[in-house]
Order: sequence, then C-alpha cells, then structure tokens
Amino acid sequence: MSDLHPVSGSRRDPGAPGPLLRLLKMLWADKPATCAALFLLLVVLCAVFGPMLLDAVASKQNLRGRNAPPFDLSQPWVMWLGGDQLGRPLLARIVTAASNTMAIATGAVLASMTIGTALGLAAGWSRGRLGQAIPRLADVIMSFPSLLLAVIVLYMLEPSVGNIILVLAITRIPVYLRTARAEVLEVRERMFVQAAIVMGASVPRIVFRHILPVILPTLVTIATLDFAFVMLAESALSFLGIGIQPPEVTWGLMVAQGRPYLTTAWGLSFWPGLAIILTTLSLNLLSNWMRIALDPAQRWRLETGGKKNG
Amino acid sequence: MADPLLEIRDLSVTFDTARGPVHAVKHVSWSVGPGEVLAILGESGSGKSVSSSAVLDLIDMPPGRIDSGEILFEGRNILEMSKAERRRLNGRRIAMIFQDPLSHLNPVWTVGWQVEETMVLHGTPRAEAKAETLRLLAKVGIPDPAAAAEKYPHQFSGGQRQRLMIAMALALKPDVLIADEPTTALDVTVQAQILGLLEELQKETGMALVIITHDLGVVAEIAQRVVVMSKGEIVEAGSAAEVYRNPQHPYTRRLIAAAPGKGEIRAEAEPPAPVLSLQNVSKKYGAFTALHGISYQLGEGETLAIVGESGSGKSTTARLLLRLEEASGGRALYRGRDLFAMPPKELHAMRRDIQMVFQDPTQSLNPRMTVFQLISEGWAIHPGIVEKSRWKARVAELLREVGLSEEHMHRHPHQFSGGQRQRIAIARALALEPRIIVCDEAVSALDVQVQAQVIELLARLRASHGLSYIFIAHDLPVVRDFADRVLVMQGGRIVEQGSVQQIFEAPREAYTRALLAASLDPDPEVQARRRAARKREAGAAPPSAASAPAPSHRSAPASPAARPARCGRRNPAAAPPHPPAPPPPAHRRGRRPGTRSPAAPCRPRRGSAPRSPRSRPSATAPAASA
Amino acid sequence: MQRFLAKRAVSSAVSLILLVIAVFFLSRLTGDPTDLYLPVDASAEARENFRVLHGLDQPLIWQFLDYLRDLVRLDFGDSIRRARPALEVVTEAFAWTLQLALITMAIVSGAAITLGALAAFNLGGIFDRIATFFSLIGASAPDFWVAIVAITVFSVGLGWLPTSGTGTVWHWILPVSVLFIRPFGLILQVVRGSMITALGSPYVKTARAKGAGPRAVIFVHALRNAMLPVLTVIGDQAAALLNGAVVVETIFGFPGVGKLMIDSILQRDFSVVLAAIMVTAFAIFVMNILIDLAYAALDPRIRY
Repeated sequence: MSDLHPVSGSRRDPGAPGPLLRLLKMLWADKPATCAALFLLLVVLCAVFGPMLLDAVASKQNLRGRNAPPFDLSQPWVMWLGGDQLGRPLLARIVTAASNTMAIATGAVLASMTIGTALGLAAGWSRGRLGQAIPRLADVIMSFPSLLLAVIVLYMLEPSVGNIILVLAITRIPVYLRTARAEVLEVRERMFVQAAIVMGASVPRIVFRHILPVILPTLVTIATLDFAFVMLAESALSFLGIGIQPPEVTWGLMVAQGRPYLTTAWGLSFWPGLAIILTTLSLNLLSNWMRIALDPAQRWRLETGGKKNG
Repeated sequence: MADPLLEIRDLSVTFDTARGPVHAVKHVSWSVGPGEVLAILGESGSGKSVSSSAVLDLIDMPPGRIDSGEILFEGRNILEMSKAERRRLNGRRIAMIFQDPLSHLNPVWTVGWQVEETMVLHGTPRAEAKAETLRLLAKVGIPDPAAAAEKYPHQFSGGQRQRLMIAMALALKPDVLIADEPTTALDVTVQAQILGLLEELQKETGMALVIITHDLGVVAEIAQRVVVMSKGEIVEAGSAAEVYRNPQHPYTRRLIAAAPGKGEIRAEAEPPAPVLSLQNVSKKYGAFTALHGISYQLGEGETLAIVGESGSGKSTTARLLLRLEEASGGRALYRGRDLFAMPPKELHAMRRDIQMVFQDPTQSLNPRMTVFQLISEGWAIHPGIVEKSRWKARVAELLREVGLSEEHMHRHPHQFSGGQRQRIAIARALALEPRIIVCDEAVSALDVQVQAQVIELLARLRASHGLSYIFIAHDLPVVRDFADRVLVMQGGRIVEQGSVQQIFEAPREAYTRALLAASLDPDPEVQARRRAARKREAGAAPPSAASAPAPSHRSAPASPAARPARCGRRNPAAAPPHPPAPPPPAHRRGRRPGTRSPAAPCRPRRGSAPRSPRSRPSATAPAASA
Repeated sequence: MQRFLAKRAVSSAVSLILLVIAVFFLSRLTGDPTDLYLPVDASAEARENFRVLHGLDQPLIWQFLDYLRDLVRLDFGDSIRRARPALEVVTEAFAWTLQLALITMAIVSGAAITLGALAAFNLGGIFDRIATFFSLIGASAPDFWVAIVAITVFSVGLGWLPTSGTGTVWHWILPVSVLFIRPFGLILQVVRGSMITALGSPYVKTARAKGAGPRAVIFVHALRNAMLPVLTVIGDQAAALLNGAVVVETIFGFPGVGKLMIDSILQRDFSVVLAAIMVTAFAIFVMNILIDLAYAALDPRIRY
C-alpha cells in the first residue's frame, strides 16, 4: 500500500458542503436538538424584539383582568395564558421578561468564560508560582457563598441588571478556569505543541494559536450548559429577593411574585417557571448535541444518521 | 492435516460508517487444526483481526454486520448459536490475547482475580480457581506468584503483562488460542521471550494457535502456515516457508521486499568534521538517572543512529538537545556554543538550525491547521527566511520535494494517510532550512512499506540538502542501510558505538549481539537455524528454562508509578529505573559478512489506542480494528 | 498518606484564611449593623454604647485581628440577633442540613448510578431514551419552582404531605424529593457518559473474550472504572447541599444552615455568617478528603 495516494475514504471531495451546512445537517440528524435550537431561537427573538413590541401591553394594568384564568380564547392573544395580580397579560410579560433573563445569562456567561479561560490558560501554562496561585483563587471563589456576594453587591451598588451579571459572572469563573487549566495541562504535552516549541514559537503563539483552538469546543460546550445553570441561579436569587428588583422583571421574579396567589391563580408562577424549564432543557439538549458534533471522534454518530445521542 | 478445529468459510463483515459501508473483510476463509500454528499477516487496515473478533463475538453490531459466511467450531456453525452458548465457548474452548496488555487488563482488579475470573465464569469454585491461578502464574514465568496475584496490572512490566494475559487465556486449556499482535509493543528481547513461551505452551497442550501480526519476522519465527491479507481480502495462503520463498501475489512480493535491513551498507568514509558534540551529558528525574553522562559527536552530513530499547535514554538525549527539557549536567557544543547554556535570544535563532521529526505525525501536526499553515508557520516565527509573498510558492515547492503535490496545501492533516502525514512533518522541518534534523522514532509508527519509502525520502534529502541526521530507533535493522554510524544505548549509557559495518558485522558488546539476535528475520529458514542454535546453547538447561523469567523481568518494577507500555508516551519522570535487558546467549555463529542480517522489521508502538469501532470510529473506522 | 493529608490540610487552611479575610471585609461593606439593630430615632449615646459593646467602634483592622484571635480559640463570637454563641447556633442548623444532604445524596447516588449504567449498556434503546429524557428534564428544573408546584399539588391540593417543618418522616418527603431532582439528572448524565467510554474499552473486550455475561461486564468490569468522574460530580453536588440548599430550606421552612445563612446575612449578624461559612467550608474539606480516599479505594493506580 503506497502512501503516495491520498486516503480516498477520509478525503473531503471538492464539492462537499461547507462547514455551516455540514453543521446544520448534523443538527438535523438529532431531532430533539433541532427542536431545542428552534425553541432557543424563538426565545432569543422574544428577548430582542419583545420589549420593543409588547412593552406597553405588558405593563398596562387592567383591574378586570386580575388573575384571569388561562386558555380563555375569547381574550386577545396576549391574555391566552391569563392575567397577573394586576391584570397585566401574562404571555406578554413572559415575552418581555425574556429580555432581562437572557441578557443576564448571556452577560454572565460571556464574562465568566472570558476571564475564566484567560486565567485557566495562564494557570495551565505557567509552571511557576502563578500556576499554583490561580487554582487557589478558584477554590476561594468556589467556597464563597454566592448569596453573600449577591447581598454585598446589592448593598454596595444597586440591584441592576449589570450588577447581577457581575455577581453571577464571579461565581462561575472557577468552572472555566478549572476546565481550561486541566485541558491546557493535557494539550501542552501533545506532540504538536512540542513541535511548535522546537520551531521556536513564542509563548503567546503557542497558547493562542495552538492550544486555545483545541480546547475551545470543550469550553463552548460547557458554556452552553452553564448558560442554563446561570439562568437557574439568577431566578433563584430573584426568587429570594436579592436579585432583580421590580419594576424590572425576569422569569424567576415572576415565579416569586406569583407565589402568594398559588392557590387562586396557579398560572402566575407556573407559566414563567415552565419558560425557565423549557429554555434550560433546550440548552441541555443542545449542549449534549455539541459534545458529539464538536468531537471529531464522535461526529460520525450524527453523520451516519443512525443512532443518536451517543 | 487433521480435521480443522476452527474453520472460517466465506466470511464477510461490513461496518456502517459516516462515509458509507466499509467492507472490513470480504469472503475470507481460513482454518486451523489441533496443534497447528497459523499466522494471519497484514498491514494496518487489512482487516486481519476482524475474522477472529467475529469468532469471539467481539464485533459491535451495529455498526458492524456479518453479510455472509459461517464460522465452524468442531463442525458447528457458531454464528447460529445463542449469545449464552457463545459465551460458554469464549474463554473455555476458544481464548484470545491482545496487543497492548496494559489496556486490555482491567486496571482496577488484581491480576490474580482476573485470572481466577476466567475459571469462575465457567463454573470452577473460587477456592479451586485461586490455587490454579498460582500454578498458572508460575507456569508463564511470573516470579513469586502468591505476591504477584495480589498486584495490579500497572505494577508489572510490559512483557510480564503479556505473560499474565497468556495465563488468563490458558486457564481452562482452550482448544484454540488467538493472539492478536501479542508482541507488537514490546522490546525485541522481550518479544523473543514471549514468542518462545507461546510456542512452548502450544506444544505442551496441543492447542491450535492463530497469530495475527504485521511482522514477517513473527511469521518466520513461529508459524507453520500463513494467510496474507490486504484490504479485507486474502491475497495469498500457504506454508510460511513457501510463501516467503516463492510469493505469488504482487502484494506479498512488495511486502517481503520492503523488509528493512537487507540493502547495501553505506560505505565507510573519513569521519567528517563534527557539527555537534555532546560532552558528558546527564539527566536526572528526582532519584532516577535517565542519562549517565554520555558523550558523542555528530559529523557534518553524517547520519548517526541511536538505537536502544525502552528506558535506554535514547529519546531523552534528543529532548535535551532541542531544549524540550533541561539537562542536569554536561555540554552540547554546536558551532562552538553550548546549547544548554544559551540565552533565550540565541536559542531562538539556533532553533532554525536543529529541527525535529516526531514519532507519530498524527500527534505532531496540529489537527486544526491546514498544511499551508503548518509548513509556513516557521517563517512567521523566524522572519527573513522566506518573504511573505513567496510563501505559497515555497510551500508548493516543499510539498513537491517530499513527494506530495501542491493541491494538498489547503487540506487538514486528518485527510492524509500516516505516511503522507510524516512527509508533511518532514516538509515542515525542511522549511526552516535546518542543518540537523533529529528523527525520533520517525518511522516506527508506519507500515513496513511506507517505512521504506519515508527512509528513502530522508536519504534523498540528505544528499540534496547536506543534512545531518540523528536517527533514533528501537531496533537495528531499520537503521542498517541508512545510517553512517550507530550508537547503542542501554539504561542511560552508551554501550557501544561504531560504523554500521562494525556494529552489524562485528559487534563487540554482548548487549549489541543480544539486540541483533533478538531481532526476527523474515526468512523462516534463517529463523529456524537460529532457533536451533538457541536450543543447542540452552541444551544444558532444564526444559522449563525457556519459560522462566528472563533476568530483566525478575526485578520487575513494582513501583506504583506505572510505566505505560512503550507506545510513545513520554513521561520519563514516571519511569522506574529500567532493569538492564538480559544478554541472551550469544550465538552469532556462521555469519558471513555481507549476508543479510538476521534481523527483521519490528514495528512496535503502533496503536495502543482504543480500537473498537465504538470508541474510535473516525476515518477508517472498522478497518482500524485490523 | 499522612503527607497527603498534611498537604491537603495546609492548602485548605490557606484557602480558609483567604476566605475569612474576604468575607470579613466584604461583609462590613454592606453597612453598619448599628443602623439595622437600633431604631432610627435612637440616641447617639445608645448607638455609641451598642458599638462599644460589640467592638464596632474600633478601627476595622483591629476588629479583624480581635476576630482572628478569638477564632484560633474556636470562639466565633455571639450572634447579635440571638444572643447565643454563633458556633452553637450554626452547628445546630448544620446538623439538620447534614442529615438532609446525606439522605438525599444516598438516594440520588444509588438511583443515578444504577439507572445510568443500564442506560449506557442499552445505548440508543428505549430505556436509554427514557432515562436520558428524564435526567435532562431533572437537570433543567428550577428547584424553587418545583418546590412551590409540589406544595400546591401535594400539600394544598391533595393534602397528603405537610408544607413545612421536620417533625415526622412525612415532613422530609417533599424537601428530599425536590432536592433529588437536579443532582439525579446531572449524575445520571455523567454515569451514562462515563459508562459508554468504559464499555468501549479494551479490558471489556477481554472480559467478553473470557465469556463474561452482560451483568459481569456492566457491574464488575466497567462500573468501577467508570466511577472516578462520577465521584467528582457527586462531590460537587454534595458540596452544594452542604452549603445549604437555601431555596428549598426557605420554602419548606427547614431549619438548616442555608436558611440560617440567608437570614443572618439579611440581619447583618456577622458572627453567625462567618461561623456558618467556616463550618460549611470545613465540612466540605472533610468531604473532599473522603472523596479522595474513595478515588484511591476504587482505583489502585491512585496512591497518595
């Protein structure tokens, strides 16, 4: 067997689809993940355009519609899920609350991922004191109660969206830091990194050109999962009253506000809770799919269209 | 030949993969009778181990499926048996041992328990199994069986682990033993011992033995009959001697021709002026000394081969030279400057001059970069070699030079075969226009034929670029017709150095002779003569001597810092001091200068990677299990 | 072994000291307890008395050093709100949390490991799909929402279970079930993934070649190898529970350390907050050592 002929089986022919199309095809192969992606797309659209279109409707109080029951199809569509304690249409409020909920989670995930990854790369590459000190930092953050941090920030600064992002971002840094560090420790021993050293590559070049692209898929997969976690954490904080404060609104806060009316109007808490659970479920499904799609050794499962979900 | 015990008729196995169905084996038939040794010979991807996996029901279905054929054991088609019925055959009537025993032994159970389990699974009471286990361990040459049974697989050396696998497989005296590349990741001296043990046990129990291998030398050493496979088909079958002497199929002919160590030895020239000179270089990892102050020189345009078994320190010298690790002592003078004491700036400039080609191109090429990026990266790091506007043209030039073509430039490494990848790695090294290239086991992960082609390329580049090579290898035949000088290392010391001619034809040291003797020749007749010679020499010893542990294993590293099988993992810090390999009886009689060397290709360090299609389904998924 | 324990103790002590410093100073930034405890119209003299009584008139750094000195003697100060030693208040609450965490984790681990292993063996089959689906929903569910829905249905609606308290077994059912859901989903996912890898490994091939049946392959050969990553997640989840399941404890009126912590933070009862942090951090330190020992027990290649 001569090595001069390209391995035909593993060569991509010139007419092969581009990477994006290939990704979409792999997504299509996993039906639950496709549904999840579509649902998330809907949530993102709500978050972006919801406040613009429905803000006036969502904040208009209507005493006759107080705690109106759901599924009354004679009402305008925004009332189909019923009204809240002030008669505001629940569906419209859920759509507009998506904006804050998503903004907080996105901000917190991006910030913690950037900082955590940077620290993790430094900790993984540095053999010196820095490499020892950074993981300690992660330990401290991990054992610092996030509730206390939230309260501190709330007292020192005001409970704005930006500050909630700050609290959540700090608490999630260790996740990325540890993952990035562990991955760097493994990847740095690989032969292609050694080859780069032999060529005389500088440290930034090795870290950003050779190591980061290899560990990025793992980090993105974790970030998707973490997005769900951050949403849950934000809603828990808001539920406890140390997160977002009215008149701002998030799904978690809506659940808390509806709690006194549970026996009379269960929908007030139920629908925003359902929105949370569906969004986090979608994120989990998508993360599961990404774990396979971004792993060259597992990708075939999606490309054969046979067994799903590995 | 008696009635076949195990017979495969017209077997076809297909795996469904991302790129459509892959026909791993097509209409394959072979059989083996009691007391017979059959070898299935093939290169990677030939499908050589698929049929035996089918015998033991080890093929995952899906993605695999059996399209045609039957497997007859004692005349019954086992493909028609129930799962439970087949399980009763496995381990009791038909047993199997694998390549890379470290990953095939369960890391979390004691080895005694694992040997017992074979018997307990088939109904032997636990207490009886325990006693039998100790007897078996002693039989396969494990010292102090009672203590060994309580240990875990990582506490044994590679050769001992294979002995443990053998004990496990033979516990119930199976009628057929299938051995899948049983010696591939082992040092040559250990390989000889394991093959000896298998042969002895086979003679004693009269079982049928099926050996799956890529190595003509193994066939020559042990097999009576051989089946040659290529691309899922049997291309040739017959007695081992007949197939070697008179190959019918072009594939077999090419395979035999590619066996290294048979060409002309390079003429001895006047020693050239040294470019690089190591003086008393040592390296310690904690209490363990990997290099005991070695000194050698590399001449201008010279090829220096460094040969040694695992733990000999041969790769450590390369890593020190390239400053991948810091030396504990000594100097390395390059153009009068000490490499080990260079300030960063000078070191950076020096990197251009000394480049390296690594063992496994799959790992040494960044999977996310294109060939163009891989080759041109050095020019971004060292501005001034090639102007940016000429990068494309120069990459194309380099690709042509290493035997690839220009259009390969925009592909990624995974789109190439192993040999092509190594060519890319060589082009990358050449891009910096170095004066010295260090090849660390650069061909040992490649198939024999590809190995020969890559060595040919290296030889051509040596002539056209005036390069000097440090060529590190673990067995001697590979370097015989390529190197100028050879340096034999053992346990961190240089045992012997000299010209190729002197090392191969008049080795002075016992260890060098042992290494040469342990290498297997592809010619069954040569092997037969050498076996006879070995027996004569061992004649005085009691018959069980062959199965007794070799000295190297008596002092097994019981260190908890497990040393992984020698498959390219480089973690010298975790390596326990490697006991000196034994000089087996020197018996290099009757060797005339100029005849072919009694050594044969041995190509260890191939996949210790997971091989089932489920865990490693990429590229050539199922074929990888071959 | 001893060296390992010593090393762990030192590194944990360093982390704990950093934690104390951070918590002490940051928590003072949230405001002066005097304002919270005394009425708005309290006289300046009364304020001064209160500050002197609790050492709040000293410079912050002195307060900190005083605090550290007491800490060495395991004196965490008194709870301002409850007028009892802070440590006593905290250990009382922690005992409840510990029980809750142990019961929950025992049930979760058993269920998730068994079902996850079976799902991995039945890869792609019906059982696998159902298990994966439910574990994903479990991992996605906000616990406060599940808690209030559960109260609405089982306590208010059906009247089967009490809404709060710790008196009888019936009181524990709802909190444990709600706490069960997320760790169960997360751990099952990890077990399944890890088992898929283990079942595809070469030693499982060897076991099958020896004639081992499915039960031996799953539970004897693969599971023990697959347990290391699982232990890590179990540790993380247990740590979260030991830190106090604040939301669930609050909703069910469970007198655990999580509820105590949030109450004390809101009341600026610093002694209790600090004591609670130290006690839970110590508990997590002990648990991490147990997890490390479990690693070594499961995998003979790990030795300390």
